[in-house]
Amino acid sequence: MSKATMATVWLDGCSGCHMSFLDIDERLITVAELAELVYSPLVDNKVFPEMVDVTLVEGAVSNEDDYEKIKKVRAHTKILVSLGDCAVTANVPGMRNPFKPEALLNRAYLENADANQHIPVQVIPPLRKMSVPVHQIVKVDVFVPGCPPSADTIFYVVTELLAGRMPDLTGKTRFGA
Amino acid sequence: MRRSRIITFKINGQDIAAREDETILELARQHDIHIPTLCYLEGVSAFGGCRLCMVEIKGSNRLFPACMTYPDESMEITTNSERLKAYRKQTVELLFSERNHICAVCVSNGSCELQAQAYDLGLTHVQVPYINPNLPVDASHAYFGLDHNRCILCTRCVRVCDEVEGAHTWDVMGRGAEARIVADLNQPWGDSLSCTSCGKCVQVCPTGALFEKGTSVAEMRKKHEFLPYLRLMREGRDGGEE
Repeated sequence: MSKATMATVWLDGCSGCHMSFLDIDERLITVAELAELVYSPLVDNKVFPEMVDVTLVEGAVSNEDDYEKIKKVRAHTKILVSLGDCAVTANVPGMRNPFKPEALLNRAYLENADANQHIPVQVIPPLRKMSVPVHQIVKVDVFVPGCPPSADTIFYVVTELLAGRMPDLTGKTRFGA
Repeated sequence: MRRSRIITFKINGQDIAAREDETILELARQHDIHIPTLCYLEGVSAFGGCRLCMVEIKGSNRLFPACMTYPDESMEITTNSERLKAYRKQTVELLFSERNHICAVCVSNGSCELQAQAYDLGLTHVQVPYINPNLPVDASHAYFGLDHNRCILCTRCVRVCDEVEGAHTWDVMGRGAEARIVADLNQPWGDSLSCTSCGKCVQVCPTGALFEKGTSVAEMRKKHEFLPYLRLMREGRDGGEE
């Protein structure tokens, strides 16, 4: 049987969850023995594979690129994991939700800009009306709250899933952890 | 008039004999039976608002708030059925969806009672959409702040200010999801003439809604242990019981 496959995706988050994933330190070798990391900001592959066993998603769905990406990732993933508070609750990216995107862009690119004041229209994907948790857009199989979830929690979740079990997160992590 | 008959009843199958003038919640706690609460606070009157302490009583389909319900002879009470756990989880979930509880950047991260309830109940995500209301922070007081984003309307602040400090600076304005904690006649806290700046409201607040100025993320530690002692010290002072 071929090795299990794993991916990680970075939407609207600070990359802290990826850092916490790397913080599993030498246990990365254990994970590497259990699964092939086929797509991630940490590896070079630019195209999401046909089917991935476990995908960890960091970040909220905030812009059109996040939205398209998560739809595609869901379609090509067996077990989708919302990793961290941004993916689970929208967290800090969601703090903009009481305001309209235009107000946000004005504040960031016009009012608070010292030079070259203009709102970007190219390259940067347009903001969606609200920044929302991943499960508000696609079905999520496992929720791992925490800002970020600890390395131990991430290692536990990943190894359980790769062993074919559903992790029980009771008492392991919390919102804001 | 005080009732003080001794009665016997059951909590989770365990036989309990107690005076009937204590609530199910108080008696459960005396017997180390855990019932979660958010609005209840020893030292101020019970309010029955948060609905986390709901229990089942055999013979009734209705749920009862343990903090407001007194046991009866031969009553059979259940505090931890799957149905109750599901309701409690849902209640906490709705509290999270109603305001902007961003634990990661909250002064009370790590010592918040709402966050702790979510953890204890195994709430890993909120299924209903967040309301994302646009709420103000009142930073007009010299020493304290009120962040409506984190308020769960438990009214502990209202009760401690009225019943213990005797100032009644705080009250509740509006209804349902529109309800807000207000100082005096809905004016900035710093302009309040009734507030004595004692800080009791801050210490009893279960979340990061009321905080000491100058505290940053996860730095606000509430101390409400003072309350029962304060009540004890004051007993008998105004002709009450020993």
